[in-house]
Amino acid sequence: MASVPSTPLLKDELDIVIPTIRNLDFLEMWRPYFQPYHLIIVQDGDPSRTIKVPEGFDYELYNRNDINRILGPKASCISFKDSACRCFGYMVSKKKYIFTIDDDCFVAKDPSGKEINALAQHIKNLLCPSTPFFFNTLYDPYREGADFVRGYPFSLREGAPTAVSHGLWLNIPDYDAPTQLVKPLERNTRFVDAVLTIPKGTLFPMCGMNLAFDRELIGPAMYFGLMGDGQPIGRYDDMWAGWCTKVICDHLGLGVKTGLPYIWHSKASNPFVNLKKEYNGIFWQEELIPFFQSATLTKDCTTVQKCYIELSKQVKAKLGKVDPYFNKLADAMVTWIEAWDELNPASSSSTTTPAPAEVPNGPPAKGK
Amino acid sequence: MSLDIDGSEVDVVIAALHPNLTTFLEEWRPILSRYHLIILKDPDMKEELQIPSGFDHQVYTKVDMEKVAGQTSINFSGHSSRYFGYLISCKKYIISIDDDCLPARDDQGFLVDAVAQHVTNLSTPATPFFFNTLYDPYRKGADFVRGYPFSLRNGVECVMSCGLWLNIADYDAPTQAVKPDERNLRYVDAVLTVPVRSMMPVSGINVAFRRDIVGPAFFPALRLAGEGKCRWETMEDIWCGMCAKLVCDHLGLGVKSGLPYVWRGHGVDGGDALESLKKEWEGVKLMEHVVPFFQSVRLPRTAVTAEDCVIKIAGMVREQLGPLDLVFKHAADAMEAWVKLWKAAAPQSQINS
Repeated sequence: MASVPSTPLLKDELDIVIPTIRNLDFLEMWRPYFQPYHLIIVQDGDPSRTIKVPEGFDYELYNRNDINRILGPKASCISFKDSACRCFGYMVSKKKYIFTIDDDCFVAKDPSGKEINALAQHIKNLLCPSTPFFFNTLYDPYREGADFVRGYPFSLREGAPTAVSHGLWLNIPDYDAPTQLVKPLERNTRFVDAVLTIPKGTLFPMCGMNLAFDRELIGPAMYFGLMGDGQPIGRYDDMWAGWCTKVICDHLGLGVKTGLPYIWHSKASNPFVNLKKEYNGIFWQEELIPFFQSATLTKDCTTVQKCYIELSKQVKAKLGKVDPYFNKLADAMVTWIEAWDELNPASSSSTTTPAPAEVPNGPPAKGK
Repeated sequence: MSLDIDGSEVDVVIAALHPNLTTFLEEWRPILSRYHLIILKDPDMKEELQIPSGFDHQVYTKVDMEKVAGQTSINFSGHSSRYFGYLISCKKYIISIDDDCLPARDDQGFLVDAVAQHVTNLSTPATPFFFNTLYDPYRKGADFVRGYPFSLRNGVECVMSCGLWLNIADYDAPTQAVKPDERNLRYVDAVLTVPVRSMMPVSGINVAFRRDIVGPAFFPALRLAGEGKCRWETMEDIWCGMCAKLVCDHLGLGVKSGLPYVWRGHGVDGGDALESLKKEWEGVKLMEHVVPFFQSVRLPRTAVTAEDCVIKIAGMVREQLGPLDLVFKHAADAMEAWVKLWKAAAPQSQINS
């Protein structure tokens, strides 16, 4: 078994947010690693259903009725019948850090057979700087046994604060529906022993299955969009949050890491169901990527909220013509920030980070 | 994997900074025996090279360099001798390995065929415009993840493959001095594309590239005043690599980093890193000027070949960095001299654009 620290790191500073519609049996396997922490369970779907939480966990649970009661009309920004509802958990948390995990994700083992304490690795990633301004070929230079390589400028070796830690998955990989249909039997068996910073100016697909972030640094950007019931799109919630988050992190000089830890993803969702959900996304994505690649934020966007509101204006101005959905989404982005600031009054002006870097996100990359 | 490699398209270039290549070549024999080797004898070396039999190889010395290059601002001594090998080769793929590196073993204990891995990296697409979280999507058992735009899934041509090192990693002198006993034991089983616009330190210890496309961008130009024979006393590869990355970014070509590993340390001890520190400190200071420069370089649309790009960058270096340090002015001269040499030495290698 992986070592569980005797005093779990950040025990009182981290919440574990879990969206669920079925049950929380998976928590039994995670018990040694999660039990010291507070859980925020966001129950999607039918609120009259009772979700049984295994004994011994300290948790708060919110169903749709709770979300409606707490947010009132602003509840419209929280998705229904989609795991995107998890971002409600981020909003109501009072902690500095969030770890979110899906209920079909279990403890993985490393190549030596040892269990992986995914939460401990995420915490390490978040507490250690990132290196977004210059790529280190030996990956995370702060890891034991590694360092910055020859040629790495010394002035950049302090790195940047880490806002996001994006983990990966063994067994069922996070493929889109077309890929799932073509390769139904493919399993990810490759354990890549690396954590690395995604360079500034580069976008990536952020998966919400195994994700941690510094809520104080980037929380308001982690809105998972309008998905599911009544919406023309699904399975793009975490993608949307990831693109917004990365643009804002790049602007504010914050780092995003990807790689370890791995979890074991046990359930392959139905590719035909997925295809229907993703269908619009697959086409819209082609417009969204150039939009995010060329999005620039002005110097007076000094907080995450200001960045996010500015982005929402650009979404309306530039993506509204792709589909009316984006007008709704832009409005929901504003509602989200309003709700966030209402529930988190102290943070509405406190997440001021150092002046944004001079160099903007860079010229639009040419898709080939 | 090596069954698919066409050996006639590959030259393996080795700069001999040590006269006795016996151990090096014997250890590499299972992998290198099927390829043509270009061996450069360090122009400063007095001793004769010792090369075991059974290798298809050609040795080039100071005499050859002077014959081909003539009077030139380019200095081919030490690690820079390998560039002469790049110049006179006519092959599509160059694999370049330092003579203090032996084949590594992977995490299963198998010998790593570094040449085959480099060629595989160079003959599969790169994905510089969007990061794939499962690393190389073209590798067996991997693919593009959900959310990766479909229009970017064809990728672009990969023209640089930057390998890594187990045992003695490529650290600079200060790091080496502080951590003389650190050994890189971590085998990271990944190849990934270094994203567009991201700067990186390209190490010349274990590198491969498409000579026919970016050869002109692999030049010996930045020579430290106190440059020595230890890797941590040089910056020539770092400078060249940053320029080459700029060229690749501008031309829409890809650069990969990661596998293959080589095992570095044969004949290298921790060395007298502290002594080297006196020399390499200069290099460390220079890097600080270099970063803002590279961040700001924008190449014109009219630069459509590697040669065009290098000439443009040389001009910018002379203008913007030349006033800061003479070393940059010399570098600009060497870059321009290199492109001239390149065009003269192998006219058939020019890209028809």
